Amino acid sequence: MNPSPVGAGFLDRRLLFFTGKGGVGKSTVTAATALMASERGKRVLLVEVDAKGNLTSLFEHPPVGFEPVEVYPGVSAMQMRTEAALSEYLRMTLRVPVLARLGPLANVLDFVATAAPGVREILTVGKVCSEVRESIEGRADWDLVLVDAAATGHVIAQLDSPRAIQGMVQVGPVRQQTEWMVELLSDPATTALHVVTAPEEMPVNETIGLVDRARAELHVPLGSVIVNRVLPEPFTRGDEPVFEALLDGAPRDRLEAEAGTGVGAVLEATRLAVSMRRSRAVHLTQLRAAVDLPLVYLPYLFVRDHGLRVTHMVAEHLAEELGL
Amino acid sequence: MTTSTLEPLLASREIVVYCGSGGVGKTTVAAATGLAAALELGGSVLVLTIDPAKRLADALGLEGIGNVERRVPDETLRAAGLEPRGELYAAMLDTKASWDDLVLRHAPDEETAYTVLNNSLYQNITARFVQSHDYIAMERLYDLHTNGRYDLIVVDTPPTRNAIDFLEAPTRMAEFFGGRLLRWLTMPYRLGGRRGARVVNFASRPFYQLADRILGSQFLQDIAEFFLSFQSMYDGFVARAEAVERLLHDRRTTFAVVTTLEGAPLREAEFFAHELTKRRFPFGAMVLNRVLPDFLTSSDGQASATVIADHADQLAKGLAALDEPGLDDADAIARVLGTMTATFRDYSVVATRERELRGELGQAPEVVASVPAFPDDVHDLGGLARIGRALLASP
Repeated sequence: MNPSPVGAGFLDRRLLFFTGKGGVGKSTVTAATALMASERGKRVLLVEVDAKGNLTSLFEHPPVGFEPVEVYPGVSAMQMRTEAALSEYLRMTLRVPVLARLGPLANVLDFVATAAPGVREILTVGKVCSEVRESIEGRADWDLVLVDAAATGHVIAQLDSPRAIQGMVQVGPVRQQTEWMVELLSDPATTALHVVTAPEEMPVNETIGLVDRARAELHVPLGSVIVNRVLPEPFTRGDEPVFEALLDGAPRDRLEAEAGTGVGAVLEATRLAVSMRRSRAVHLTQLRAAVDLPLVYLPYLFVRDHGLRVTHMVAEHLAEELGL
Repeated sequence: MTTSTLEPLLASREIVVYCGSGGVGKTTVAAATGLAAALELGGSVLVLTIDPAKRLADALGLEGIGNVERRVPDETLRAAGLEPRGELYAAMLDTKASWDDLVLRHAPDEETAYTVLNNSLYQNITARFVQSHDYIAMERLYDLHTNGRYDLIVVDTPPTRNAIDFLEAPTRMAEFFGGRLLRWLTMPYRLGGRRGARVVNFASRPFYQLADRILGSQFLQDIAEFFLSFQSMYDGFVARAEAVERLLHDRRTTFAVVTTLEGAPLREAEFFAHELTKRRFPFGAMVLNRVLPDFLTSSDGQASATVIADHADQLAKGLAALDEPGLDDADAIARVLGTMTATFRDYSVVATRERELRGELGQAPEVVASVPAFPDDVHDLGGLARIGRALLASP
């Protein structure tokens, strides 16, 4: 078996961010990675950043809050809440004694977080980074922190927030805090940003755009592009003309005589599959030509259900594709 | 009574706001709706889009234009075999330019306007923050609607992190610029006067002490300076945000939720529908996009697939004996027949899942329209017109 270039090293870094255009299956791939890692003995923290609360449903577990909860053996999940991240930060880093005494502080900080660029983002990234640091220093249990990060449109602002804040805040504890974060985020031995995409026009365009922007603007090392929902090629080049010869005339009449009136539906379904695959192949070719990162392919799953079983299936395909 | 055509809605409303989670084809459906209205209903129709795929933008003639509306020339439509009854216009939302327009409109004088426009916080907020996109999209809609040039405006909403953010954007903006919080935060500066802002000692108040420790005083000063300039625009801003809010609640407006028949987008669509109703926004339609064709779940299709699968070798021999061009290798034919049945069954599973999910749809509005799955992304006027016909089709 030929492991792809990302292969065995995929789970070796401690902090993996997953981004992608909405609808491509970013959360599913993140959850599948968590499952794959836990089955290889890693203790995983899964962080949901967008407050949709869907991530844990991929483990058939009810939504979780800011405190990590084990949703699967070896996988704990938490949902990012900036207010909670802020009070934790204030409590632990600045040792602000009793928050309650400051009265409307929470509201004011919420306001500042809305008004001041990057505050929400820095709290999110800060919490993630601190979990990684804690685990490196042996104070937290995680071997791996996986972040279901912001979608392509917002992820640069999110991951770049420590540097953005550095540019605006010259002194003080926040400035110091951002320095170690930037170091951790830009260390290729520790961190990678994976882009999840699908072989369709918009996701591919956004992926190409994001990879370019990330290279130019972001210090976070890029990992791979994970292409989800790749349709199978129904026929080999030699068999396709055979299929086309069956579509009309005497062969089709013969088929209908033998197999009944539903033959048309079977032929049409196959024709739909062939043209869907063909139109998507164009986008795959475009992606391959434009992005020089390792590409990881995950097949479209023709299944009826969702939930843990599907997460398992995606994890198996991912492991196989990575040669793990 | 539920119908499957958008036609009555498009004929009676002035604004259609499309919402839905990312990746469901919202932009394409919005463009197709605008085109269908211009082709079938007439009048002046504007499609206001946020971030169209390049080929879609090209098809609408949006390539390289900013915030201005452009007419899609009749010749372009005719070249695609379409005969318009009305006029089709398209515009793309330029967040930054729209914010700048807003500031220029509400600033009491040029100096204030340029102070704001040059402020680095302003530039950051307008260019980088999702919330600012939400607000400005609705603001721009209001602007285009009040100028009265269009009989129908179809809007594609920006992808939001939280699906309901943009509904609250006008209210939140008004609160944001006018709230007591802002007053409190900028108090030391106002007490010292604008010029004296930098010499005020605000170490006496616990909040400022804390904020200073966290953010550094320069940062806090920048924030205050920005909001002080912005305060002079407060009245205009709030009045405007309130008007936008009223327009969104007006019966001239309708909201349509786009979704595919997949678990996650559908959950989000239902959440959306719930929020729209709860907040008393006029929720007029649900559009089910990329629905797999009915023949995939047909029982005679299943029956034929079973026969073909069970007798592939025999059928293949018979077909090879027909002596038709390209059909001489019985093994290859058997292989192809096997692939055909496997493919039919694969797609049938997905189509069945779609039917089930559709059956579970809870709260449905008056109109539930379906758009079939097309093999390729739609990227030309012909493709948009095809979707448009599906949206207007009665059963």
